[in-house]
Amino acid sequence: MSGSLATQPAYAALQAEIADFLYREAELVDDRRFDEWLALLADDILYFMPQRRNVKYGEHAARENTKVGEGISWFEEDKWTLGKRVAQIQTGVHYAEEPLSRVCHLVSNVRILTATPSLSDAQEVTTSCRFLVYQSRVEYENYTFIGKRLDTLRRHGESWVVARREILLDQNVLLAKNLSIFF
Amino acid sequence: MSDSVKPGEWIDTERGFISREIFVSPEVHRQELNKLFTRAWLFVGHESQVPKPGDFFQSRMGDESVILCRDKAMQLHVFLNSCRHRGMKVCRYDSGNTSLFTCPYHSWTYGLDGKLLGVPQFRELYQGTLDKDANSLVTVGRMHNYKGAVFATWDPGAPDFLTWLGGAVEHLDMVLDCRDGRPGGSEVIGVHKWIFPANWKFAAENFLGDTYHNISHRSVDLIGIGPSARAGATGRRDNEMDQAKHIWAGFPAGHGVHSAILPEGNEYIPSFLSDPIVEEYFRHCFYERRRRMGEKARMIPFTGNLFPNVSFHGRQPRNLCNWHPHSATETEGWRFFLVDADAPAEVKDFLRRYYMRYSGPAGMTEQDDMENWLYATAASKGSVARRYPFNYQQSLGKWEATGEGGSNAWQVSEQNPRNYYRVWAEYLKGSPWDVLVGGPQAKAAAE
Repeated sequence: MSGSLATQPAYAALQAEIADFLYREAELVDDRRFDEWLALLADDILYFMPQRRNVKYGEHAARENTKVGEGISWFEEDKWTLGKRVAQIQTGVHYAEEPLSRVCHLVSNVRILTATPSLSDAQEVTTSCRFLVYQSRVEYENYTFIGKRLDTLRRHGESWVVARREILLDQNVLLAKNLSIFF
Repeated sequence: MSDSVKPGEWIDTERGFISREIFVSPEVHRQELNKLFTRAWLFVGHESQVPKPGDFFQSRMGDESVILCRDKAMQLHVFLNSCRHRGMKVCRYDSGNTSLFTCPYHSWTYGLDGKLLGVPQFRELYQGTLDKDANSLVTVGRMHNYKGAVFATWDPGAPDFLTWLGGAVEHLDMVLDCRDGRPGGSEVIGVHKWIFPANWKFAAENFLGDTYHNISHRSVDLIGIGPSARAGATGRRDNEMDQAKHIWAGFPAGHGVHSAILPEGNEYIPSFLSDPIVEEYFRHCFYERRRRMGEKARMIPFTGNLFPNVSFHGRQPRNLCNWHPHSATETEGWRFFLVDADAPAEVKDFLRRYYMRYSGPAGMTEQDDMENWLYATAASKGSVARRYPFNYQQSLGKWEATGEGGSNAWQVSEQNPRNYYRVWAEYLKGSPWDVLVGGPQAKAAAE
């Protein structure tokens, strides 16, 4: 129960540590330090952004989002693919990101949902947060991506790595020409 | 200048110039919706999206919402998603299963065949006046399920689908048929929908065979994202067409394709090398297709566009696209991803992952297309820019006429777009169907 988790004494410290990690990770993307960002992703990461469908009331749990392992989503990536995306930007001829966009991540509402084995000795945590990602492209193009994120973080030495990221972008028809940035 | 529509002046296919007006003018956009999208055959969806009785898929034709659904007798229907009373959308779900479409506004209720069934307080308010049959949902003029792909036109006087398709059918077959050559048998595994600020014709033209823009995908070719990339290959797809003779074929009704003809007696070129099960599947399909189709199996698909806005990738990757116009400078792209319905699970899984990293707004290849289309549209809006037509002189005159009134080009060519815009102009002039599907010869005969 995440409700009771937050009332435990060790929650505040871990929440602060996790939030700080997420902010730092977002800052690496905003600062275009893509290789350093990749290093914060676990080798077995799943990076997933489903498509969101308009469905009848009562069908949301079953049908609203496309699913991992089935059909077509916006992203269902592993570290190899994410590495390719970084390498593509670094060719200097990926014109959808050449010149580079200005990107700013706002990450908020960070909560810890589970901590394994315990809050005081957490080796793996599942978290939820909200994001607002602003992309300014060339002169006049700009996009605002807003949604929820469910991340699984794994302790790695003094820090953490992202083992799973589910990005719930709150749009049906994508209101942007491209998803050429990282979430 | 831009307020009057002069399709004849804008399209000079003899010298190879096409006015920028047709890519930016709101008036041209309005005329396209009125004169072109109300007549041409358009792709609506795939039968695999509505497999069971009562299944529906909300689709679009031009700028309008339509419903593709299957009734209890398994018949497919396509109708306008707008109540006959005050126009409210009767269906606002992307897809689902239902027995009725009930309008949220005043609760007029329609059956799966579009028939008006229920009108609240019918006896008191409408008895003797309202003809329910005549107030059913507006049904398309013609519909055709071709190997699972459902096409429709609003014009009941349109020629039948296969006449309209003409010789392009053998290229569409290569998209819809199983990889081993069995007819049909494909299924849609997902649909991308996204908005991009560019004229819809840029997208269509890309698939008519603009192989010249290959260079804009240099970044993915350098890093390698193709089906054999994890085995170390560069490129965005496998090199199975390297030995092939490429053909750019244009058809009288405006369709254009880029396909490839493999050398005589060719053998399977190893591809899909990242996964042995997938490699084995495509190796098997290659020889099975050759056994079934013989000499015809030498032709393999690359890209194409069925007039006006139905594009396809035939092989690596494999999909059908719709370019729905929102305005002169805004388009809603829909991409329907295809696999063989009875392919092994490993093959389907491999393909969908490849499709996701290649195609659409999140696809590493096509992001660069969207960038081009946007900035080409934006930079064509200016008063000065609009004085200067686009150049379409590539391989001018270097093509052979075909018996049915089309063209074959054997080098990278803009003959397909020249043919496409010739037909486009005829729609905007309101030409009769025999001219629209009959090519230049029919036009000459009509005059």
